Amino acid sequence: MLNSFIFGNLTLDAIPYHEPIIMVAGVMMVLGVFAVLGGITFFKKWGYLWKEWVTTVDHKKIGVMYIILAVVMLLRGFADALMMRTQQAIAVGHSMGYLPPSHYDQIFTAHGVIMIFFVAMPLMFGLLNLAVPLQIGARDVAFPYLNSLSFWLTVSGAILVNISLIVGKFAATGWLAYPPLSGLVYSPGVGVDYYIWALQISGVGSLLSGVNFTATILKMRCPGMKLMKMPIFTWTALCAMVLVILAFPVLTATLAMLTLDRYMGMHFFTAAFGGNAMLYVNLIWAWGHPEVYILILPAFGIYSEVVATFCKKPLFGYSSMVWASIVITFLSFSVWLHHFFTMGSGANVNAVFGIATMIIAVPTGAKIFNWLFTMYRGRVQFSVPMLWTIGFITTFAVGGMTGVLMSVPAVDFQIHNSEFLVAHFHNTIIGGVVFGYFAGLTYWCPKIFGFKLNEKLGKVTFWCWFIGFYVAFMPVYIVGLMGMTRRINHYSAATGWHPYLVVAFIGALIIAAGIASLVLNIALSIKNRNKEGYLDTTGDPWDGRTLEWSIPSPAPFYNFALTPEVDSIDAFWKTKQEIAQGKSVQKPAYQDIHMPKNTSTGFFIGALSGLFGFGMVWQIPWLIAVGFIGVLVAMVARSFSTDTDYYVKAADVEATEAKYAALRQRGASSLGDSAEDDGMLGSEILNKAT
Amino acid sequence: MKLLRYLSFLAVMLLLSGCKMALLDPKGMVAASEKHLLLSATGLMLLVVVPVILLTLFIAWKYRASNKNAKYAPDWTHSTVLETVCWAIPCVIIGILAVMTWVSSHKLDPYRPLNVKGKPLVIEAVALNWKWLFIYPEQGIASVNFVQIPTNVPVRFVITADAPMNSLEIPRLAGQIYAMTGMRTKLNLIANEAGDYHGFSANYSGEGFTNMKFIVRASSKKAFDQWLAKERHSPNKLTAAVYQKLTQPSENDAIKYYSFVKPHLFEEVITSYMKPEIQSIDGNDRRLTGKEVTGKRHA
Amino acid sequence: MTDHSTTADHHHSADAVDVFGFWLYILSDCVLFATLFATFAVLQFSTYGGPALHELFSLPYVLGETMFLLFSSFTYGLAMMAHYKGNTRRVLQWLMVTFILGVSFVVMEVNEFVHLVHEGHTWQSSGALSAFFTLVGTHGLHVTIGLIWMGLMMFQLMKFKLTPDTSRRLTYLGLFWHFLDIVWIFVFTFVYLMGAI
Repeated sequence: MLNSFIFGNLTLDAIPYHEPIIMVAGVMMVLGVFAVLGGITFFKKWGYLWKEWVTTVDHKKIGVMYIILAVVMLLRGFADALMMRTQQAIAVGHSMGYLPPSHYDQIFTAHGVIMIFFVAMPLMFGLLNLAVPLQIGARDVAFPYLNSLSFWLTVSGAILVNISLIVGKFAATGWLAYPPLSGLVYSPGVGVDYYIWALQISGVGSLLSGVNFTATILKMRCPGMKLMKMPIFTWTALCAMVLVILAFPVLTATLAMLTLDRYMGMHFFTAAFGGNAMLYVNLIWAWGHPEVYILILPAFGIYSEVVATFCKKPLFGYSSMVWASIVITFLSFSVWLHHFFTMGSGANVNAVFGIATMIIAVPTGAKIFNWLFTMYRGRVQFSVPMLWTIGFITTFAVGGMTGVLMSVPAVDFQIHNSEFLVAHFHNTIIGGVVFGYFAGLTYWCPKIFGFKLNEKLGKVTFWCWFIGFYVAFMPVYIVGLMGMTRRINHYSAATGWHPYLVVAFIGALIIAAGIASLVLNIALSIKNRNKEGYLDTTGDPWDGRTLEWSIPSPAPFYNFALTPEVDSIDAFWKTKQEIAQGKSVQKPAYQDIHMPKNTSTGFFIGALSGLFGFGMVWQIPWLIAVGFIGVLVAMVARSFSTDTDYYVKAADVEATEAKYAALRQRGASSLGDSAEDDGMLGSEILNKAT
Repeated sequence: MKLLRYLSFLAVMLLLSGCKMALLDPKGMVAASEKHLLLSATGLMLLVVVPVILLTLFIAWKYRASNKNAKYAPDWTHSTVLETVCWAIPCVIIGILAVMTWVSSHKLDPYRPLNVKGKPLVIEAVALNWKWLFIYPEQGIASVNFVQIPTNVPVRFVITADAPMNSLEIPRLAGQIYAMTGMRTKLNLIANEAGDYHGFSANYSGEGFTNMKFIVRASSKKAFDQWLAKERHSPNKLTAAVYQKLTQPSENDAIKYYSFVKPHLFEEVITSYMKPEIQSIDGNDRRLTGKEVTGKRHA
Repeated sequence: MTDHSTTADHHHSADAVDVFGFWLYILSDCVLFATLFATFAVLQFSTYGGPALHELFSLPYVLGETMFLLFSSFTYGLAMMAHYKGNTRRVLQWLMVTFILGVSFVVMEVNEFVHLVHEGHTWQSSGALSAFFTLVGTHGLHVTIGLIWMGLMMFQLMKFKLTPDTSRRLTYLGLFWHFLDIVWIFVFTFVYLMGAI
């Protein structure tokens, strides 16, 4: 009795001693965590971390933390991918591979969940945090504290997924956990519970971010920035965030119903008792399809910014681009059924959803043509972000084509659930989302950190990913056409799939090299951040067009010393040209700046939610109580706090701006000599952000 | 050197396996139409996709920053003609595809009886953990992981599941359709050539899913009748108790034949999920009540 | 771009931003309820051999329940009127009345649930009942959270009086409370009335 109060269903058996592969991975993960914690202790950075990062409400720092989370989880998710590719490359004929089915099934589930929820989503929110407030001339997001809370909820979810590696199991149901397989009868273990709580907790974080950024974009734009004068990335971010608000509650409700089925014996999706499993499939895709547009729309925005900046030409057909995004936003809610044409819903229903799906190709196609015309008669600089963009246009054209192909129901009957489908969505997610986000990271890195990433290594990363993608996934298209189903862990030699899967494995290795060069690039660029070619003293390293490039790099904690005012798209570009033509700049009159204070509430609510989730997974009564009551207490306590903001004095603003101005001048005259000095200045400015 | 030899071996294998494209090598009318649709839709889209890819590379190269001879129009942002073209091209392609979709969705609706002479052979398929049970209701026989059908005779599969959701697919004969508990889906197909074809579950359904395969033997009417006659003498009988045993999870089940099938078994499997009265197939209450399910957690 | 500081403007508009954010939250909550309504629509006849849902309800009882909630919305409106006049005491009084009406609603709902469970119609009986208990229960849970919030609000009003912070929160709570009222109208119509007709 006492035992079950303290430990719930958790016993020592939950740790998979007998599975060497899991244990090695688990031990490595634990060692990694200890190494990081030890390092922080050794360098006495706990105080700094707490004050500057954990409790921060600065959107730029939260963005950076999102990206760190995404990169760490990318390593985990990619390790899963490599394990699967290895298994499929060797498990042919008499060889059963090295992964038992129960483990393999968890891996493909974890891979999907991690890549979508804990790599793509954090990267997207990270980039939004970095760029959106800067693009609209705002000092911060609408709800800075909520922003911090969203981030820590996402972290909690990610930690829950990783804990499942060493304590218990993860779901073995596929990334969308279709019932009745994910119901209690067929999945009695804790795997699906980990899945539910990790997604539920991080999903609430995403929803709050959606509210936050929608309010930010609609209400906090600088004077003069009408909706049709917003930078295109902000537009696509707005569309994506509206989708978050409309789609994520569906996920929350659907997972909640699955939870009730599993915990309270309800019958929403059970096989018997009047439950309806296909209802779950409908609902989960009513979230799931908009979700892919939540990921791709901001990527489209990034390509648009990059194309305009590196072709030295305004985006062709701005309003047409905006309308295309809006059309995609709304259409994305009308196509969910194309994920299960094979349910047997009848010819009329299938045809309508199939046609609705292909209609999305129209605005998407228009976008591609607009990018082409932006390049046309421009001055194309083959910088790293531009390479990602060109790589995207070519790759995405193929992915879009196979997508439209699968929206024809009668064709889908053949390729649904096959490796062809797997190749298709990797084609769009890697060639569309990942390429875009990497372009965005390279593009905005100097604005946030004050230094550029290494150009050569950036190109290596691009070519590894680009070539790696084709080597890895073209064979997967082919085995799909040969009739290979997804999610199988073994096949006979007579199928003829083996050589293709070996090639796919080689492709995965090439992508691995791309990831390695990315990590190396980050490390090398940090090391050389004050050297020529890295350090950005101008604040405008790409000769940019939008407001974020009008302020120094790294962006001061208050973003804009003076709230800008704009009267056109690409306002900063216009200003630069006016100055070049001799327009004089007035000396600014600084004023006090109103800023939010740091708070630890977000961190605590995130941590307590994680404890609550873990308690629910193992049904540990006291932990559930601590987590639940703790969250409530933290929220109530926050509502009693009145000390939430402060003013930066005009004199301090002036002093900081003067330092930047000096830096800019010195950078212009001689970069090398003053590098040491500049570095100090950079960190000084960072430290000011308390 | 060894690597080189392996790579060349791979290349040869790749070429050889070209003829193993199940989707491009149909053996039945339905699959042939689906293949035709797949190829024509792809061809139609390639008309745009290939030029777009080439154009992208060409424009990027032609207007590279170092090429000062290329025209530079730094303020050119709009052209009504071009914008119209931007939207018109995808509209036209999608318009044609939409028509193809509407027509083909109806023509190739898996529920629609085939436009072929002759009374269709009805086969009831039940997805179990992790094997397929096929019942020939009119012939009164059943088999596990094996179906035999006569060529050039329309076949109608009626499908359900007594397990997590699966999907019945025989790529050389027709596309797939889901197998779901408490529901009945249909798939009409026909084999126009004799041969053994792979069938499998295309929807992940748990640990043993990988081996949830079956063989479809399409043979002449005569061979089919011989097979029927043979199976009618099989000593195995599919009684309620035997079915009960079949529903237990198992993998790599050998092919089995049954000369007797409990009447209305298929209907009972479906309705057992819908009403408590028919909850038991053989008198034993085999389904847990909600409460028991809750109690069973993590046991 | 001209140099023009809007520090003061920004501070003033903060309230408008906040309320807009709360509207967005309510929008997302609407979608959540829409999902549950859709689920109810699909599952309401899946009684697994049990009696039809409308046979289980007492319409007059639910009508009484409804009245409590409708009146609580009205009294909350009166509290807001008092708030515009800056009368903290009156605000507190009307909040108290609203609170009592809200509690009555929840008590009646819980009583209905207990009654159903007692007769053997639990959320484990069928898909239809799962959907019923979850939809109605989720609304009830929202009302309960609203009541806790209202209690906290009254405490804060006593402690801080009417400050910009408490006023803003009063507006939020009002939005939330009226929103729950509207959701209940839908629950009443779709779950109770339409079944009965």
